[in-house]
Amino acid sequence: MTALEVTGLVKRYAGRAVVDGLSLVARPGTVLALLGPNGAGKTTTVEVCEGFRTADEGTVRVLGLDPRDPALRPRVGVMPQSGGAYPGLRCGEMLRLVASFSARPLDPGMLLERLGLVEVEGTAYRRLSGGQQQRLSLALAVVGRPELVFLDEPTAGLDPQARHATWELVEALRADGVSVVLTTHLMDEAERLADDVVVVDGGQVVAAGTVAELTRGGAIGQLRFRATPGLDVDQLLNALPEGCAAKESPAGQYLVEGEMDPQVLAAVTAWSAGQGVMATDLRVESRTLEDVFLDLTGRELRS
Amino acid sequence: MTTWTPGSLAPSPGAAPVPAMLRAQTLAELKLVLRNSEQVLLSLVIPLGLLVLLVTVPFIAVDGVDSRAGRADFFVPGVLALAVMSTAFTGQAIGVGFERQYGVLKRLGATPLPRSVLLGAKTLAVLAVEVLQVVAISLVGLALGWDPQGSVPAVLVLVVLGTTAFSGLGLLLGGTLSGLTTLAAANLVWFVLLVLGGVLFPLSAFGGAQDVLALLPTAALSTGLRDVLQDGAGLPLRETAALAVWAVGSLAAASRLFRWE
Repeated sequence: MTALEVTGLVKRYAGRAVVDGLSLVARPGTVLALLGPNGAGKTTTVEVCEGFRTADEGTVRVLGLDPRDPALRPRVGVMPQSGGAYPGLRCGEMLRLVASFSARPLDPGMLLERLGLVEVEGTAYRRLSGGQQQRLSLALAVVGRPELVFLDEPTAGLDPQARHATWELVEALRADGVSVVLTTHLMDEAERLADDVVVVDGGQVVAAGTVAELTRGGAIGQLRFRATPGLDVDQLLNALPEGCAAKESPAGQYLVEGEMDPQVLAAVTAWSAGQGVMATDLRVESRTLEDVFLDLTGRELRS
Repeated sequence: MTTWTPGSLAPSPGAAPVPAMLRAQTLAELKLVLRNSEQVLLSLVIPLGLLVLLVTVPFIAVDGVDSRAGRADFFVPGVLALAVMSTAFTGQAIGVGFERQYGVLKRLGATPLPRSVLLGAKTLAVLAVEVLQVVAISLVGLALGWDPQGSVPAVLVLVVLGTTAFSGLGLLLGGTLSGLTTLAAANLVWFVLLVLGGVLFPLSAFGGAQDVLALLPTAALSTGLRDVLQDGAGLPLRETAALAVWAVGSLAAASRLFRWE
């Protein structure tokens, strides 16, 4: 059984498809990241899966059930993108209230401690900082010991310490067999946490796979260096292993693309020695998830 | 921050028993009401203040009444109706409006708490506040010379029907408008019904309009309570019917139009 299975999901607002034929599968006990720019349809997709919105087309199965099935409520934890607590209740009161809805909740005191909320346990929700509200929201999502957790931009607006605490919780959930579906536009977050990444843009899946699969595709690696302008690139190309490309662009900056291995590096240094030049700033880069993301979703700013 | 003990987050889902959920949610609702100073002002301070003022300072003439005790007999039922309206309608509408705006109802919808239990908890919290109000208003009223007549069951029927009608209207308003719009609208309606609902003035002050005004929920409740508590009548039919119609109509509309976010 899958933790989450979305097939051909379409969701329209005022006739415009915000989610347009999206399909994905989350495997049990793994972390799936929905990665995409703002407005890509990530939150809408997640909210259909959480049962907050109904699909216009397509099917969604959450733990094998319809997302609106009341039997799912104890089994699924939800962290919405913002809000979701009584402004007048204290941090600890809110967590204990939601814990009291579950038969075997996690110890609220332990959660508050692990998420660095002990000092603000007695502080009204409305007086918490944005980061503290986020961490409480995360605690509320997991306190009922769910099998599947939806986290919508769990680290938005968090400082580095809080972000790492959140990451550690997600990793601990995964280690304990909880399935996690999270949305993010942060590459490092997806790269660190996700078993599977689904890149979404314009309401559609533009790429899907493991982080390794996604970063391996296309131009595999790059080697850049600086040297005297106008060197004989064809000669370098002959010295390189099969399948590599080399060019000078702009003048004095050289780029070799292909599968990076020691042979490539040796060929470049031997060639530059043969030319009697010193290659400087030489560095080998592999594609990051960010490169993949920007290649897929474009580099222009979104409105 | 420490690392997580392996297994400490292992899934073990399950809903708590309904009575436990109902108890926890009711206590939370009560805490929220009693901590909210505007709500306490609206539910307790204003009704009590008005009662003392209306009874002791005779600036509003009541037909055929010239004693303080007689004024208390006239005004206590109206202030009781005001108190029910303040809690069940105004307070609940504003509360629900902001809970929707803050995403609280959406979030609670994603927990094991069933919506029926949430609504049950809200109702219990309203009833608990009303008990407080009735006790406080009765004590102050008695101190001012109030001499209640009539039967307790008739009063209870009227209060429960009034609470249901006002809750339905409050959920309808708070469940469809934004938090701030609800705040404005609920306070406006509260004030209009305070003036036109037989709380401050007898309905006879409005001449030919009184037959229509008598059908407003506040007027029906205040007049009905006055018939019983002041005149010792049994359950007044017209007022009871009016409240029942408001209750059924508002709850039906609320259940169709209520939005959880």
